[in-house]
Amino acid sequence: MTSAHQPGHHSEVTLRVNGKPHTLRVDHRRVLLDLLREELDLTGSKKGCDHGQCGACTVLVDGRRVNSCLLLAVALDGSEITTVEGLGGDGDEPHPLQRAFLDRDALQCGYCTPGQLCSALGMLAEAAAGHPSHVTDPAAPSGPPVPLDRTEIRERMSGNLCRCGAYPRIVEAIEDVI
Amino acid sequence: MTGTTGTAPSKDHGTTGPTGTALGAPAERREGRQKVTGAARYAAEYALPGRAHAWPVPAAVARGRVTGVDTSAALALPGVLAVLTPGDAAGLAAPEDGTLAVLRSADVPHRGWCVALAVAETPETARAAARAVRVTYGTEAHHVDLTEDAPGGYEPDEVAGGPGRVEHGDPEAAFAAADVRVDVTYRVPPLHNHPMEPHATTAHWEGDRLTVYTSSQGGTTVRATLAQLFRLPEERITVVAEHVGGGFGSKGTPRPDVVLAALAARHTGRPVTLAYPRRLLPTVVGHRAPTVQRLRLGAGTDGRLTALLHEVTTHTSHVREFVEYAAVVSRVMYATPALLSTHRVVPLDVPSPSWMRAPGEAPGMYALESAVDELADALGTDPVELRVRNEPRREPGSGKPFSSRHVVECLREGARRFGWAGRDPRPGVRREGPLLVGTGVAAATYPFQVAPSTATAEARPDGTFVVRVNAADIGTGARTVLAQIAADALGVPLERVRTEVGHSDLPPAPLAGGSCGTASWGWAVHEACARLAAHPEEGPTVHADTTGEADADSPYARHAFGAHFAEVAVDTVTGEVRVRRLLGVFAAGRILNARTARSQFTGAMVMGLGMALTEHSTLDPAFGDFPESDLASYHVPVHADVPDIEADWLDEDDTHLNPMGSKGIGEIGIVGTAAALGNAVHHATGIRFRELPLTPDRILARLLCEG
Ligand code: FES
Ligand code: FES
Repeated sequence: MTSAHQPGHHSEVTLRVNGKPHTLRVDHRRVLLDLLREELDLTGSKKGCDHGQCGACTVLVDGRRVNSCLLLAVALDGSEITTVEGLGGDGDEPHPLQRAFLDRDALQCGYCTPGQLCSALGMLAEAAAGHPSHVTDPAAPSGPPVPLDRTEIRERMSGNLCRCGAYPRIVEAIEDVI
Repeated sequence: MTGTTGTAPSKDHGTTGPTGTALGAPAERREGRQKVTGAARYAAEYALPGRAHAWPVPAAVARGRVTGVDTSAALALPGVLAVLTPGDAAGLAAPEDGTLAVLRSADVPHRGWCVALAVAETPETARAAARAVRVTYGTEAHHVDLTEDAPGGYEPDEVAGGPGRVEHGDPEAAFAAADVRVDVTYRVPPLHNHPMEPHATTAHWEGDRLTVYTSSQGGTTVRATLAQLFRLPEERITVVAEHVGGGFGSKGTPRPDVVLAALAARHTGRPVTLAYPRRLLPTVVGHRAPTVQRLRLGAGTDGRLTALLHEVTTHTSHVREFVEYAAVVSRVMYATPALLSTHRVVPLDVPSPSWMRAPGEAPGMYALESAVDELADALGTDPVELRVRNEPRREPGSGKPFSSRHVVECLREGARRFGWAGRDPRPGVRREGPLLVGTGVAAATYPFQVAPSTATAEARPDGTFVVRVNAADIGTGARTVLAQIAADALGVPLERVRTEVGHSDLPPAPLAGGSCGTASWGWAVHEACARLAAHPEEGPTVHADTTGEADADSPYARHAFGAHFAEVAVDTVTGEVRVRRLLGVFAAGRILNARTARSQFTGAMVMGLGMALTEHSTLDPAFGDFPESDLASYHVPVHADVPDIEADWLDEDDTHLNPMGSKGIGEIGIVGTAAALGNAVHHATGIRFRELPLTPDRILARLLCEG
C-alpha cells in the first residue's frame, strides 16, 4: 500500500552487530538482511530467496538462529546480532566450524555457506539447551542436552538449502566440532 | 546406519597427488577461506557510490502485447528514479539470443517476460515501484500443454552438435520381430536450476565505458554480447564474475539481468544492481524442458539387443529454439543392429527452456536406464549383467572407436562395493514393518567436450608464477585445479603458483559449462606453463591459445561413464521414498583434484536425487507459467533428504583428450541417479512408476491400488 511508502515511515534503532553498536534510521520496510547488506556492508549474509525459504540469510539474533530476510529491522532495537563476519575470534583465526568446513570441503559455490555456518551454531546451542527436534525420541527426558547423531543434524539443518549438494560434507564438518 | 562414507581422505589437504606432482592432489580450494568468512563478494554486493536498485515487472499474460504502461503512481513514490518500459531498449542492436530482447518491443512471448523495470534508491522502493506500475495488455490465445501429438512439432536438424535423428538398420521391423519387447513411455516434468545465488548484475557506466559485476558462468561471452547489443568495442567493457553462487547451466550465457542492469544504469546515470527476485527466475533464466520419451527395446532371449528406439518429444519457446536432446544417449550406450534416436520439438507459448545440469543426458538416461531395467525384468537377467552383455565395441551412433570406456568396470566395481552380488531380484518382497526396501542400478554417460581457450603464465622475479585466464569459478574449484595443472606443467610446488580468474581483462576463455571448463582452460594453462618451463627465455610471460588444437575433430568417441547404485525404503503408510544409500563410481579420465572432484560428483548426485524424488514443476494451462516458482513450492533436496553418499572413481589413462588426460566431472554425477532410484523403487514395491518425481501422492495412490 502506497501510504506505507511515504517519507516519515522511518524510526531510529540501535543494534549491536558483531559486538559493535550501530544507531540507524531505518525504513520500516527494511528487513535485517538488507540492513546488514546495504547499510553496514556486511554482505556475508546472503539473499537466496527473500522469503524465508532457503536459509542463506541465517544470522544469530540474541544467540538464536533466524532468517534475517523475515525480520523487520525496526523491531530489533537493542538486539545483539552475530553474522558470519563475526564468528571468528580476534585476529585471523577462523571459528573451529569455519575451519571444519574448509577441512571437509563442505562448500562449493559458497553462497549458502554463511547461512549454514550460522545455522549450525544456533542449532548446536538449541540441542545443548535440550530442545527436541522432529526426530528426537519422544520418550527422551526433556531438559538435558540432546545428543546429535547424523539424523538429528540433518533434521535440524533442513532449513538451509544447498543447491551445490554439499550436505554430506556439511554434516561431517558439524560433527567435527561437536 | 547402513550408509557408507566417501573414500577420499576427508581431512587430508595435501598438495601432492598420486604421481608426486600437484595434479590429482586433494588441495584445499583457494577461495574457501573467503567464502567461510563472508569476505567473498558476489555480483549484487558491489556497493558502488550512488548505487541504485532495479526491480522487474513480469508480464501477467501468456501471450500478447503490452498496450499501455502507466508509470505515474510508481514515479510518484519518493526515491524512484525511473521506470523503463517497452521500447526503451529499441536503440540496442538485435540480440542473437531472443531471450535478451527485453524492453525492445511491446510483444509478450510468455508470462513472466520482463515488461518494465523500476529503478529506485533502495530495493524496498524499487519493489514498491514495480508493484505500482500498471500494465495493460492485448491478449492472444496461448498453448503450453506438451503432448506427444501436439501440433506444430518438428524434428530439429541438429541437437547437441549432432543430427536430430539417427537411424540405423530397420528399427521398426527389428523391434516387431524381437523375442522380448519392452515398449514404455517415460515422462520428466520441467525442472528448475535454482542456483542459490539468484541471477544478479551490478552495472556501472563511466562515459562510454561499461563495467558489470555479474553472476555468470562465462564472462568472455557476456562481454561479447554486451558489446554487440550496446554497439561498443569490447575494450570498453569490463566483466567481473569473481565469485558465482552456482549456475548449473542457467548462467551459461548472459541472461536478461545483465542487459537490464546495463540499460538501467545508462538510463539513470547511476550504478544499478538488479538482483532478480527468486520467484521470477524460473520464467526468465531457462528451465529443463519437459520430455515425453518412448523407449522400445527388443532383445533376443540371450539378452542381446536387436532393436533400440528412443523417441523424445519436448517443448521449446517461440523466442528461441532449445531442444532437450534426451535421445542422444541411446547413440552411445548399447550395441544394437537397429537403432532409432530422434527428437520432436514443439514450440509453445512457454518460457524459454535452456541448459540444466546434463541437459539431454539426465532425462535421457533416466528413461533409457529405466527401460533397460524393465528389459532385465522381462528377461529375468540381472540388470548389471544385461548391461555388460550389451557393451558395444564402437560407438553405436557414429561407429567411432571409444577413446576410453570403462562403464563395465564401473558397474563391476560399484556392484562389489555396494554388495550387489546375491541380490534377490524379486520385486516387492523385502518388508521391514511398514517399509518396502529395494535396490537399483543404472549406468551414466556424459560427453567429453573441450573448447579453445587462451591463457598466460608469468614467471615472477621472486620465483613464483601467475597464471591468468578468464575462467569462472562457479563452485567447481577452478582456481585451485588450474593452479595444480600449472604447478604440474612448471614442475614447481603448488604454493608457488597463483591463479587469476573471473575478470574480462584476463585472457579470453570459454564458459564453465558442458563440463568442459577445466579441460578447456587447463589445456591453455598447461601449454603456457609447459612452454615457460621449457623455454624460460620466452618469458617472463608466455601466452597460449589452443585454437586449432582443442577444437580439432577427433577420430574417437569421447565420453565419461559411470554407474550408480541405490537403496531405498518406501513407506507403505505415507508413500514416502527415503534414500538409504547412494553410490556412484565414475570413469572420467584423470581426476585432477580428489577433494573438489568428489564434491562435484556427490553434489550432482544430490541434484539427481531431487530430480527423482522431490523436484516438480508444471506449466499452468490457464496462466502459462510455473506455479512452482519459488523454493517453498519447488522442492530442492534438503539435508534430511540426503543420506551419506559415496562417490569414487577409476583412474583412466586416456591420451586422446587433452594434456591433462581429464574428462569433465561436473555433470555426470546427476545422469544415472534418477534411474537408479526409480529402479530401486520398483524393486522395493513391484510397481513401475514412469513419471518423475516419485512423490508420496503418486506412490501411495498406486500402492493402494496395486500394492
Ligand atoms: S533469503 Fe532468507 S530464507 Fe532465503
Ligand atoms: S555451496 Fe553452493 S549452494 Fe551450498
